This record gives sequence, structure tokens and C-alpha cells, in this order.
Amino acid sequence: MWDFPLFPEQASANAEKLDALMLFELGVLVFFTTLICVLILFFCARYRRGVRVDRSNPPTHGRLMEAIWIIIPFIISAVMFVWATQVFYDLYQPPPDAAEISVVGKQWMWYLQHPQGRSETNDLHVPLGQAVKLNMTSQDVIHSFFIPAMRIKQDVLPGRYTSLWFQPTKVGKYDIFCAEYCGTNHSIMTGYLHVMEPADYEKWLAAEGVGPSRAEEGERLFVQHHCAGCHRESQTVHAPRLEGVYGKPVPIQTDSGVRFATADDRYIRDSILLPKSEVVAGYEPLMPSYKDQISEPDLLKIIAYIKSIANRETSP
Amino acid sequence: MSVPAVVVEDPPEDYLQEHTLKSWLLTTDHKRVGILYMISVTVFFFVGGAAATLMRLELMTPRGDVLATPDAYNRLFTMHGVIMIFFFLIPAIPAVLGNFLLPLMIGARDLAFPKLNLMSWYVYIIGGMIGIWIMVFGGVDTGWTFYTPFSTMFSNTMVVTAAVAVFITGFSSILTGLNFVVTVHTMRAPGMTWFRLPLFVWSHYATSLIMILGTPVLAISVVLIALERIFGVGIFDPALGGDPILFQHLFWFYSHPAVYIMVLPGFAVVSEIIPCFARRPIFGYKFIAFSSVAIAIFSFLVWGHHMFVSGQSMYAGMIFSILSFLVAIPSAIKVFNWTATLYKGSIRLDTPMLYALGFIGLFTMGGLTGLMLASLAIDVHVHDTYFIVAHFHYIMVGGTVMAYLGGVHFWWPKISGRMYPEFWGKLSAMLVFVGFNLTFFPQFLLGYLGMPRRYFEYRPEFQVLNVMSTAGASILAIGYVMPLVYMLLSLRKPPNAGPNPWGATGLEWQVESPPPVHNFHDPVVVTCDPYMYSPEEAERDYAHDQHVRNA
Repeated sequence: MWDFPLFPEQASANAEKLDALMLFELGVLVFFTTLICVLILFFCARYRRGVRVDRSNPPTHGRLMEAIWIIIPFIISAVMFVWATQVFYDLYQPPPDAAEISVVGKQWMWYLQHPQGRSETNDLHVPLGQAVKLNMTSQDVIHSFFIPAMRIKQDVLPGRYTSLWFQPTKVGKYDIFCAEYCGTNHSIMTGYLHVMEPADYEKWLAAEGVGPSRAEEGERLFVQHHCAGCHRESQTVHAPRLEGVYGKPVPIQTDSGVRFATADDRYIRDSILLPKSEVVAGYEPLMPSYKDQISEPDLLKIIAYIKSIANRETSP
Repeated sequence: MSVPAVVVEDPPEDYLQEHTLKSWLLTTDHKRVGILYMISVTVFFFVGGAAATLMRLELMTPRGDVLATPDAYNRLFTMHGVIMIFFFLIPAIPAVLGNFLLPLMIGARDLAFPKLNLMSWYVYIIGGMIGIWIMVFGGVDTGWTFYTPFSTMFSNTMVVTAAVAVFITGFSSILTGLNFVVTVHTMRAPGMTWFRLPLFVWSHYATSLIMILGTPVLAISVVLIALERIFGVGIFDPALGGDPILFQHLFWFYSHPAVYIMVLPGFAVVSEIIPCFARRPIFGYKFIAFSSVAIAIFSFLVWGHHMFVSGQSMYAGMIFSILSFLVAIPSAIKVFNWTATLYKGSIRLDTPMLYALGFIGLFTMGGLTGLMLASLAIDVHVHDTYFIVAHFHYIMVGGTVMAYLGGVHFWWPKISGRMYPEFWGKLSAMLVFVGFNLTFFPQFLLGYLGMPRRYFEYRPEFQVLNVMSTAGASILAIGYVMPLVYMLLSLRKPPNAGPNPWGATGLEWQVESPPPVHNFHDPVVVTCDPYMYSPEEAERDYAHDQHVRNA
């Protein structure tokens, strides 16, 4: 029964960096806890009533002592802050070549889709060494995507996109947990992350036959929901073309003039669901809302399509 | 302290002498209101403890077996949190010991608003009754945090009723805080300057400020929850254009300061016990006093550290991280000053002192793990895991509950006029300390391993640590039941404590035990600083006693 783990597996560079920081802070904790305990025990033994020892003029204050125990914790805190914030900052800087996997949480399961089109539930297969970025949203309540072996976690919110990235460094099977309490079966909203050799991953991707990629599925939905009717070569409706738009600044008409918004996932999502909220300057607010008509996974596919045409020129 | 001459012409009635139910339910005596609170928080403590016991039993095995459904478990941990926080920890020290002692310590006859004080107890009891009613007729499964949109759109339990209970109970704490602040400002005895106040009073003053300023925000948050649930107003629901994160900001704007509402009174108790049992003036009086105020101020600036992974901006996370680190400094000041107070003392390890020293150790652990949580990257990993559970139990159970029990033992002779049995007292302090560590230390390991909190079932590899935790909880439970039993049994004997069994300096010790109805017979005039103990005198007395005993 003594073969239980005491330390989580390390399966990414972030995990190693974080554990180093944790060990430093653990050292600080052990040092100060021991210091306080030893001092208490020592004083209790030495100054116990009845022990003959010098007790004359017990000090009641000391500027120097107070200064020492203000400055030392301050310095240690500053070191911890800088170190931890650097590691944290990196969590917000996914490499540009990261494979983007879309994640939709709902009570009580995870739906995940790979860029190549294959989707899965609760399990996530990724190739070793490949940076992976999860673009996540929730269909109902707040969930939280947590991979202990990577030391990362991010809440997954309804009506918003959040993201998380990691780069696996070790082949293996690791836990995925929902960390934000989400109702009855919160504790079984779990899964496994399978880190595979790249060749195995390719095999796995092809195991169900090669279907349309996520962007291709997005394009099909783009046509099916009649987005293409206006946003492609339309003669009757004046609507902005979407080629080359993703990631660029878009001029937005406001009451007081024009401001710019970046055409990111958030902007595209809002333009589909709340089209009147941010209308591109020079266009009429004609588009109907697709609220409650397109599911969260489909929205992510459409965004993937619009992203896939980010480098395409607008055809004349 | 000046010792008011006690002239025993006709023995005055002590505050416990009237026995009718009416005399208790309509009392405006701060001491009796304190007792009413003591009885009520004790009931809630054991109800919340029963919920904890069931949870620990359930968690002995990875599969759900003790409780029939995950819903039952979810209701249990919600009720455990709601009861322990709103109905035990927040009122425990201020409303019981604070009510009883604050006027005595500053030489006043009562609090500034005695009727308001009684009213606060009734408000608390109404809130508490609704709480019990919820438990009996269905429960709530949102967790004590009521996160939206789960609480507003998805939970099928009695969320609105729980919101009402929390809303109502909040007012009892606002009233208590208001009463304390006005009392400290206006009712100090002549000569009782601010820097002659016992540190107990300073800490309670800081606590009261938070109660007054923070609790209304909680009230607003739960009202919004109720409005959203009943009318679908769309403040938090993203489907209606609301923002679920907004709720977290509102909630933690109160609930982080609430942590200090719970722990500052613990500092209050420890700051009284340590100098008394070390028989010397406290080290760094002003630093301890001002660090309480500093903590009260900082407490309003750190709420975002509960939300590092919630989706708030990265830069907001950085600001809240650095502000959270700043709280470490006043906390460290306190711990070091208490430890320094032992130097050159004449130390006796009676039960209250054991609890106080245990408090320092456990609070140090809780505080230092708090530094880990303020470290952004570490928090990302351990947020919402058992690491958090362990951390806040070190602060609230290892800290506040230890301090409360230490305080109850310390002032029991004053409150009841009777001594508790010292042997059993020491044993309970030891059991609580050992049981506590065995219960919650494994949870740090579980958390870093990645076990999320609020899990009804868990991965089998987490089992051994969970069994340890449950084993510890059973020791802890015995440690908590023992004081209840021997304190109640001590009431069967006639008063035997005398006015000042500890030879303490506070004004409350200069009157009989139990204190007379009007607290002081003669006007009190304060002429010296607090904690004027002398270790050398204590040694001389001790040597003299030994000599007498041997002769």
C-alpha cells in the first residue's frame, strides 16, 4: 500500500520550471516553520517557570528586530513574485506553430476536436514535442480544464473563449480533471491526455479514415448557414469579405467615430451571435443574429475556417 | 492596570444569577448575549462538524459508497462550508468572546448599543434557522461560493433560500461590528488611551471595520443571485449579455476580507494569552496593533487572487499577486513578535498557552503556503485542488478554531466562575494539534498531486492520503468533543475560580468571576500600560509556592 505517488509526474517544460519554483518556496516554508517551532520549543524549555536563568529586563520592543523581520519577508516575497510571474507570463505566450485544438465543456463531459478534423470525448491525443493550444468554451456553466502533469489549468467559461497551451515532453497517459465545481457529476468530468510518438499520433488520426479537416467542416457550415451568400461574391448585399481578416485590426463604427478591434476568436464569435454590437465601418447593420442556432462546437469550426483563409487574398 | 478596590459590603449579583428563560431571551447584558452566541455557535460547529465527518467517511474510498448519490455529497460540502463560515467562524470569536470581554477590557458597563447587540443575535438566529431549514428540506449544491451561472441558471436546489439566509446573517455581523467600533471610540474608561488598549481590542476594532465595510457587498451579491434566479435579469448570465466573472469579483470582494474577519480575532486571543503565560509584556505592542489595521486595509485589495485562472486579465493577476504578497508582511510581524515575547519569560504551559502556541505553528504553515498561492504560476497548478482546502483549513481551523478554543479555556473561569480540568484540557489541546495535522497535511500532498476539490469520487492512487486524512479527522473529532464534555461537567460544581486564576493584568480579571451584572462596582481609572507582567516576580512567587509545598 506504500506505492502511492507523493509527487505528480512532470510531462512538460513548464512542469519542470514550476517544480523548481515550488521547491524553492517549499524550502522557505520549511526554513521558517522550523525556525518558529525551534524558537518556541527552545524558549519554552529555557524559560520554563522554575528554571534558573537570567530574566532581567525582558525587552518590550526593538526597532532593529522589527526592521529585520519586515525586510527579510519583503525580499523573499519579491523574489517569489518575480520568479512566479515569469513562469506565469510564459503560460500566456503560446508558440505560433502550436496545433490548435478546440475544447467545449458541458455538464459533464469534454468535447475536443483536432485541426485535422478528428474529434474525441474526454480523451485527448497529442504528439510528443508538439506544442498544443486549447481554445476552450463552455456550453453551460463554468468548468476548468486541468492537466496536473503539465501544471496548467484554465477556467472554461460560457460565452467566452479562454486558452491554454502546453508542450508535452514525455510519452504517457495523464489525468485531465474538471477543476471548477460544475454540478452533480463534477467528479467524473475527467479524462486522459495521451501523449504519443508522432508516428503513432499520425496513425491514430487516420484510424477513423481521413475526413474533412476542422476548417473544411467550418467552410461547409459557412455555406450551410448561408454566411457565404453575403460574405462571398454577393451582388445584392453589401457585406464585408472575410478573406485575410483574421488577426487583423477591423474598423468598428461607433457613435463617436471609428475604433479598431482585432478580428480574433472573440470578435468573430460576437459578430455571429451579436452582429449589431460591433459593425464594421462602412457597412449597414443588416446581419441577423445566429444566437441559439449554431452550437458551440460548430462556432469553433466556423472560426477555424475564417482563420484558415487569413492569408488568402480577396478575389476580385 | 489600576485595580479597582472591591468593597464587599453587600455581595453583588453576578450576571448568571437570574435563571428564567425570559431573563435570557430579553437580556441586553453583553455578557449574556455572549453566552447566547456561545451556545448557538457551538451547536452550528457540531452540525458543520457532522457534515465534515460524513464527507471524510465518504472519501475513505475512491468510489462513492457511504453516501448514495453525488448530489448528497455536493449538498454536504456546501452545507459544511456555509455553516462553518457564516454561522461559526465569522461570529465565533467576535460575537462570543468579543461581546463578553470588550466592554470589560476597556472598563465600560456594556457595549454602546446593548439592544442592538441582542438584536444582532436574533438576526443571526433567524438566518441560522433558515440555514437549518434548508438542510432539512433539500439542501443547496452550489458550494459556499455560489458561483454563477451554476447557481443562477442550473442548480435545482434551494439557492434563493440560502441567499436569504446569508443575507440576513450578514446583518448580525454588521451590527456587531458597528457596536464594537462605537464602543471602542466612546466608552473607554478614563486613562484607557488607544495605546493602553489590550491588543484583543485592537484586533476586534480592525475586524469590525471589515465587517461594516465588507458585509454589505456580500449582501448585494446574494441579492443579485436571487434576482437573477427569480427574474432572469441577466447580470451574470452570458446568454443574456451578463458576465459570470462579475459575480466572482463581487463575491470575493467580501469573502477575502471575510477570511480576515475570521482570523484577526484569533490574533486577538493569542495576543492576550501569550504574555499572560510568559509573564512578561508583549514584544512590539505597536507593531502588533498596527499590523492588525494594515491587514484590515490590505484585505480589501487582494480579492483577485482567487481568480488567477478565472479568465481575468494576466495583468490583473500580476497586480493581485503582488498585493497578496504584501499581506505576508503584517502577518510575519505578528508571528515574530509573539515568538519574541517568549524570550526571557517565565513560561507556563497551561491549556490556553498550548492552544496559543499551536496556533502560531499552524498559522505559520497556513501563511507560508499562502505565499505559494500568491505565486501566480503555482496557483495555476494548485487552484481548486486539495492544496487550497488544506491551506485555508490551516488558517481557519488551525488558526481560528485553535484560538477560539484557547480563548474559551483562558476565559472560562471568568465566564463561568469555574476552572476546567487542566489534565483533560491539555490532552484536548494535544489531540487537536496532532489530529489537525494528520487530517490536513496529507491534503497539501493530494493537492499538489492534482486531486481537485469538491470531488465525490477520485482516482484510486489518491486513496492512501485520503485514508490518512480521515484517520486524522477522527482524532480531531475526539479533541473537539472533549472540551464540550468537561466544560459542561465543570458547571455542576460551585464557582471555584476566584477573580483572577491566571494572575492576569486585564481589567476583566479585576472583577469577580462570574462578573457582576454591571461589570465594575466603582468607576475605573486606568493608569498604566497593558501586560505589565514581571517574569522575575513570577519566579519569586513560584519559588515561594514550592517552598511552602515542601515545608
